Amino acid sequence: MHGWIRGFVLSKTEIEMISPRRMALKRFVGHKAAVASCIVLGLFILAVSLSPLTARYGVNQAVRKPPNSFLHPQKLAWMGTDDIGRDIYSRLIYGIRVSLLIGFFSAIIAVAIGCVVGAIAGFRGGQFDDIMMRVTDLFLAFPFLVALLVVRNMLGALSFLSPLIGDKGSIRFIIFLLALFGWMTVARIVRGQVLSLKEREFIESARAVGASRKYIIMRHLLPNSIGPIMVSLTFSVVAAIIGEATLSFFGYGPQAGAGTTSLGLLVGQAKGAVQTGFWWIAVFPCVSLVIISLCINFIGDALRDATDPRLDMGH
Amino acid sequence: MATPVLSIRNLNVTFNTPLGELQAVRGVDLDIAPGELMGVVGESGSGKSVTFLAAMGLLPPRAKVTGSVILDGEELIGARPGRLRSIRGRLMSMIFQDPLSALNPVHRVGKQISEMLQSHQKMSNREADARSVELLDLVGIPQPADRAVQYPHEFSGGMRQRVVIAMAIANNPKVLIADEPTTALDVTVQAQILEVIQKVQEKFGTAVVLITHDLGVIARVANQVNVMYAGRNVEKGVVDSLFDHSSHPYTRGLLNSLPRMGLDRLEPISGFPPNMLNPPTGCGFSPRCKFSRPECDEALPELRPFGDLQTACIRAEEIFSVGARTL
Amino acid sequence: MLRFIVRRIAWAIPTLLLVTFLVYVALRLGTNPVYSFLRANPRATPDKIATYKELNGLGNNYVVGYLNWLRHFVTFDWPRSIKGSREVFPALKDALANSLRLGLAATFVGIVIGLAIGVFAALHAGGRRDVAVNTGAFIGISIPPYISSILLQLLFAVYWSRWFGHTLFPTSGVYPPGHEGFNAILMLKHMALPIVVVAIQIIAVYSRYMRSSLLDVLNSDYMRTARSKGISERRILIRHGMRNALIPVVTVAAIEVGSIVGGLIITENIFDYPGMGRYFLTAFGDGDFPLMMPWMVIIVASILLFNLIADVTYAWLDPRIRLE
Repeated sequence: MHGWIRGFVLSKTEIEMISPRRMALKRFVGHKAAVASCIVLGLFILAVSLSPLTARYGVNQAVRKPPNSFLHPQKLAWMGTDDIGRDIYSRLIYGIRVSLLIGFFSAIIAVAIGCVVGAIAGFRGGQFDDIMMRVTDLFLAFPFLVALLVVRNMLGALSFLSPLIGDKGSIRFIIFLLALFGWMTVARIVRGQVLSLKEREFIESARAVGASRKYIIMRHLLPNSIGPIMVSLTFSVVAAIIGEATLSFFGYGPQAGAGTTSLGLLVGQAKGAVQTGFWWIAVFPCVSLVIISLCINFIGDALRDATDPRLDMGH
Repeated sequence: MATPVLSIRNLNVTFNTPLGELQAVRGVDLDIAPGELMGVVGESGSGKSVTFLAAMGLLPPRAKVTGSVILDGEELIGARPGRLRSIRGRLMSMIFQDPLSALNPVHRVGKQISEMLQSHQKMSNREADARSVELLDLVGIPQPADRAVQYPHEFSGGMRQRVVIAMAIANNPKVLIADEPTTALDVTVQAQILEVIQKVQEKFGTAVVLITHDLGVIARVANQVNVMYAGRNVEKGVVDSLFDHSSHPYTRGLLNSLPRMGLDRLEPISGFPPNMLNPPTGCGFSPRCKFSRPECDEALPELRPFGDLQTACIRAEEIFSVGARTL
Repeated sequence: MLRFIVRRIAWAIPTLLLVTFLVYVALRLGTNPVYSFLRANPRATPDKIATYKELNGLGNNYVVGYLNWLRHFVTFDWPRSIKGSREVFPALKDALANSLRLGLAATFVGIVIGLAIGVFAALHAGGRRDVAVNTGAFIGISIPPYISSILLQLLFAVYWSRWFGHTLFPTSGVYPPGHEGFNAILMLKHMALPIVVVAIQIIAVYSRYMRSSLLDVLNSDYMRTARSKGISERRILIRHGMRNALIPVVTVAAIEVGSIVGGLIITENIFDYPGMGRYFLTAFGDGDFPLMMPWMVIIVASILLFNLIADVTYAWLDPRIRLE
């Protein structure tokens, strides 16, 4: 309903007072769930980055000599133990660390690729744009897990790629694989942004004074798309974390060994809880994953509200 | 003057915004008689549209409206929503600025007019459709029967505005409010649309309120005029008198910023309108006014009769004596 | 309109061929079909291996091999699965029917509830109820289906029977083991949990979608015009609000229905539901090339088909859209 008062002219001081960045910050801070999410996520990051201190046992260390399997949550193991007596709390700390790393790195790669491809497609248009849109359309419509599995196996079979992206079971491989799927949504967002900005006056005037295409993209288009790019970065992190978890759940994720685990592997283990009925094996990893993705989703949503003034409904 | 069909008294509208209370309209008084064409002028943000949206009851719920709006003897402020609904579109209807977005893109224009008819009169679909075609013909749309089954996007801007007018006059309302009906249109089309509005007014004796920021439009069609600034009336009266001997510095500023024959320099009004989140206690125009004095900022100037105009300026007499063209 | 459809279908055929070719290459590279065959049939005679290679187009280079596969595929001379040498078509048909049954039920429930919630939230935009709906939707989106599945299974398979002494909702299959014939109630009981899992996601997505679409419409100028006509709020909401707000939603829903054909892979696997998703994961795990290729063809064809349906629906609902 903001449109109904759009006619009101604000005074000059008024306009200065609400600079876009200040206004964005103000709106973001006004989003209570996002602020809470930042705190929760910050605590998670703090806990996992100090993992040698915060974890109580090693990744594959049993809490005590057998019998130690399926212990209830207790003083010895706060979140209970799994089938071979390992502390679920400590494993979660290590697992979340790996999952967050995968999430952030593959999101950054995906956003970088997506920005470049989207900016070129939006700016140049024509056939490149058409083909790119067709390809992303098809990929986005294809069952995600199937595409992920088939491409995973194919990339794994191409031995000449392995020096770059590593072995099928490595964390590096998963990061690249998820980035390969993540850039498409980002590219679409950036493309749309570029298409709408392209028609605006300040780009026209930059073009009129003879600015080069690269200059316009770097100095005008990308800075003006920073809001949507930040938003898609956050959503890409969630997508990558959940993607890793999905792959691991079906046994196609990073291979456990070498003293690592991931949130997805822990959730995958939870399948066992259903048969045996030891709730703590399922509940703690699952709830952690949900909390992390919920927090990042909230932050992304608040960022979107904060950086997109059109969504300011005046409440 | 005949008994007014619409009379607004001490109307106040405030909006709750994230930045505070925005006082869009502050004590507006206004009368319009049947068959009159009243122009309401002001720059954007002067409260001219909000005044009439409030009269129509079309403001969002977070707008606070106080005062009195009497249409044909009936008080509208505080009336039941159902009662207001039966008045809207029947006794009082509205034409909007942008005919592109004012029509629903997914319904045929004939149906959109029929909807207006059928919501206030008992009419079969066939009768309503036939009447829609007549209305389209009345507002000057060629081949009205063929055009009635088309969608809004198949019409040009001027034709769309004619459709909106046809819709607004469908139930032969007593008051027709036209909110900047020509602003979004080409200059050549503007004149045609004004003609249609004038024709309606003459033919049905409808009281027309023409909201605009263009004094040229007022000069062409209106017989009464009401100048608004910062949510208040600053000057009102008969159009000719206003053009000849306006005594309000703001109106004079507006007149001087009009291009005219034999005058090669336009004088824009400098400065900005006041911030309505924190409106000044005195005259809103004073910071931009050459005649401003310390006492201008002390209290809101009231409208005072001045010749056949009413002017809200404490120095109106002096300004009048300065003469029309020398500001 | 008709010309548009014909042209799109004409375009769909080369697209289908190109995509299936890419899939063929990817599967040949990624799942090593000949090796998988030998692993599943260690005592296969050289003769049998040659027939297997010939029927699946695995002998030659990629282009010739693909054309070879295509020839057998279109003449309906489909190779049998490598594991158990089963006929592929009946298995695929059953899987598709099962997936459609589960998917349509879940999508229907999800979309209806999601739209209702979205309308509710849009009409109370900015209020406490809107915030509650929004938060709920976010939680729904943030729960991957395997997590809701595991938690529901844990609750119903383990704790419900432990607390109440009977099983309310079984957590796997379509019927109990050994059941013969059709029994709607048994089937519904088996489908209840998977439907809930899938519907949670759909509700979360569609409520947000409907909310933002309806809000856009509610803030548009023609809604103000409709209000200025003095028609009832109910009529304004339905004829002017919903009619317009549903256009983008319906278009997306058409694509959503198309994606049912691919099965609800995660849910089907966890609940051991014999649909397209489980079909594929099993085949993929075995490297069963003869099972995977027809599955892929159906998926790609249905994506293309439902995209076309979405476009046609869009043009049908929105007169401004011209199909060219």
